[in-house]
Amino acid sequence: MTTMELPSYLQQSAKVRARFERLKSREVILDVAGLSKTFESAHGQTTALRDISFQTHRREFVCVIGPSGCGKSTLIRILAGLESASGGDVLLDGKRVVGPGPDRGMVFQGYTLFPWLTVKKNVMFGLEAQGAGKARSESEALQWIELVGLEAFANAYPHQLSGGMKQRVAIARALANQPRILLMDEPFGALDAQTRAKMQSYLLEIWKNIDITVLFITHDLDEAIFLADRILVLRANPGEVEELIEVPVPRPRHLDQTVSPEFIATKKRLEALIHPDEEELEQTMAEDKLNMIRMTEVGDEVESVE
Amino acid sequence: MTAVAELLAPRKPLPGGLSRGLVVASFLLPLMIWAVVSYVPFVWHPKVEVVDPGSVSYFREGMLLDKERFNEEAAKAREAGTAVPTGEPANPVYLPAPHEVLTAFYTSFTAEPTRRSEQWLHESLWHSIQVIFWGFTLSSLVGVPLGILCGTYNVFSRLFEPFVEFFRYLPAPAFGALAVAILGIYDGPKIAIIFIGTFFQQVLVVGNTTRKLDLSLLEAAMTLGVSRFRLLWKVVIPGILPDLYRDQRILLGWAWTYLIVAELIGTSSGITWFITQQARYKNFDNVFAAIMMIGIIGLATDILLAKLGKRLFPWEKKG
Repeated sequence: MTTMELPSYLQQSAKVRARFERLKSREVILDVAGLSKTFESAHGQTTALRDISFQTHRREFVCVIGPSGCGKSTLIRILAGLESASGGDVLLDGKRVVGPGPDRGMVFQGYTLFPWLTVKKNVMFGLEAQGAGKARSESEALQWIELVGLEAFANAYPHQLSGGMKQRVAIARALANQPRILLMDEPFGALDAQTRAKMQSYLLEIWKNIDITVLFITHDLDEAIFLADRILVLRANPGEVEELIEVPVPRPRHLDQTVSPEFIATKKRLEALIHPDEEELEQTMAEDKLNMIRMTEVGDEVESVE
Repeated sequence: MTAVAELLAPRKPLPGGLSRGLVVASFLLPLMIWAVVSYVPFVWHPKVEVVDPGSVSYFREGMLLDKERFNEEAAKAREAGTAVPTGEPANPVYLPAPHEVLTAFYTSFTAEPTRRSEQWLHESLWHSIQVIFWGFTLSSLVGVPLGILCGTYNVFSRLFEPFVEFFRYLPAPAFGALAVAILGIYDGPKIAIIFIGTFFQQVLVVGNTTRKLDLSLLEAAMTLGVSRFRLLWKVVIPGILPDLYRDQRILLGWAWTYLIVAELIGTSSGITWFITQQARYKNFDNVFAAIMMIGIIGLATDILLAKLGKRLFPWEKKG
């Protein structure tokens, strides 16, 4: 792309600014305060997360992004209660979180549908675990299945579904418990590009229609900008908050916006944050350079089309 | 690709007709070898069955002799000018021909046992099946739950598995005398041997199967609000059920292999008693029939259980 006069990613249109003001005036759902995590490993103590603090408001869509090893998966697992923090607090609606619970729904990267249950029974699983009766669970489950557009597959088993469909069921299953927040750990990471794009639109559609706050982990910059209100950028070794970026791209989002100046400016900023040190980058590039021996005939170049 | 190369493509499914044909061939092939050895005289036949004793004093009709001995005696008779004995090439008594075994197989169900103390083949078999059933059921009642606990909670795994690991190397038959001393001479010690032979393997196998269950399924269930204690019922057991079922099928096969040893302990009984008794009277056709019967029962049970498994677990991937 030729150099184009890009606006700063910090520059927001009046409409976007007004939206953020309204958003921030909503009540805080998730309050993470001074969270840290250290592991005992063979090489001594490693700090995975250090002093992570941020807040999400009701019906906000937050993406967490960062280089590999920044501890974003550890963070979401602590929020879900699957791992314990070494220090700091996680508050949901002002109450401390201890252990996993149905108030925080989770969608995992791998497929975690219960293979022995049909789609309907999978979605009913959480409701029944909460002690809802069979009839109520079933009618509610069917509504959620309808919401993700899989009513034709209500009685199918997970192995009969495609990857995208499985994740849609996983979303329905997590939402059926009506959690306060939906935690998503790279949920579309295993899907092909086309399905992933479709799933992103689906997710925004669902998010628009129900009262849910989303915390979404990804390593895909475009995905983060396309989905998020705000992006929490983490830095690696140890995992710390680098910046909390307010995405200036207006809503409703659509795929054409990926070439808009706001989108590109935000992406530039994210790229700069995630690969900050050019020198270091060049060094790793040099290390990755292969010692190639030429094994083709002279004049038989692939890159010169004649 | 040529036809042969096509057939040898790794793990490629074969066309249905060929696949079924090969299954039949896998049984026909050993049967053919057996038939050739039995019916074609020059392949083996190291013995001679006397047809006419001639002038040899100790020859009787139907007697089996080494070929050398027979030829020696025949030569002697020829030299002396007396009646020359005649005979046919034959296999040793311990290798009956297929048709003899088949006849024995049939008569074992139709003809009354010749001696009063003898049991019908099916009576012996039924007794053996009962021993297996009790040994295997008792083992499963303790072994399966313990295996599941070991595979789920490290506390149980560390507490039980090291000792089980040690004990499984102790040969089950070695406990025979002890079992008789404790449990008497009838079915008790036999069931105990099957139990010992199965149980220790069972705990480890079931434990490993449980450990293979994807941990993220348990985590997903916890984020859906299932308590730690109900995880076992709601996720672990349904999650491992198809694999557990397969394990049990394999373990049942192992239980059968302990049967023969178990039945020799105390008063000999069941199919083993039938086999040893028949071998004593050199009725090797009956021995083969009984051995085959065990094979047929084992294979039939396994096929039946496999078919049942497909019905029980419709969520298992096909193929």
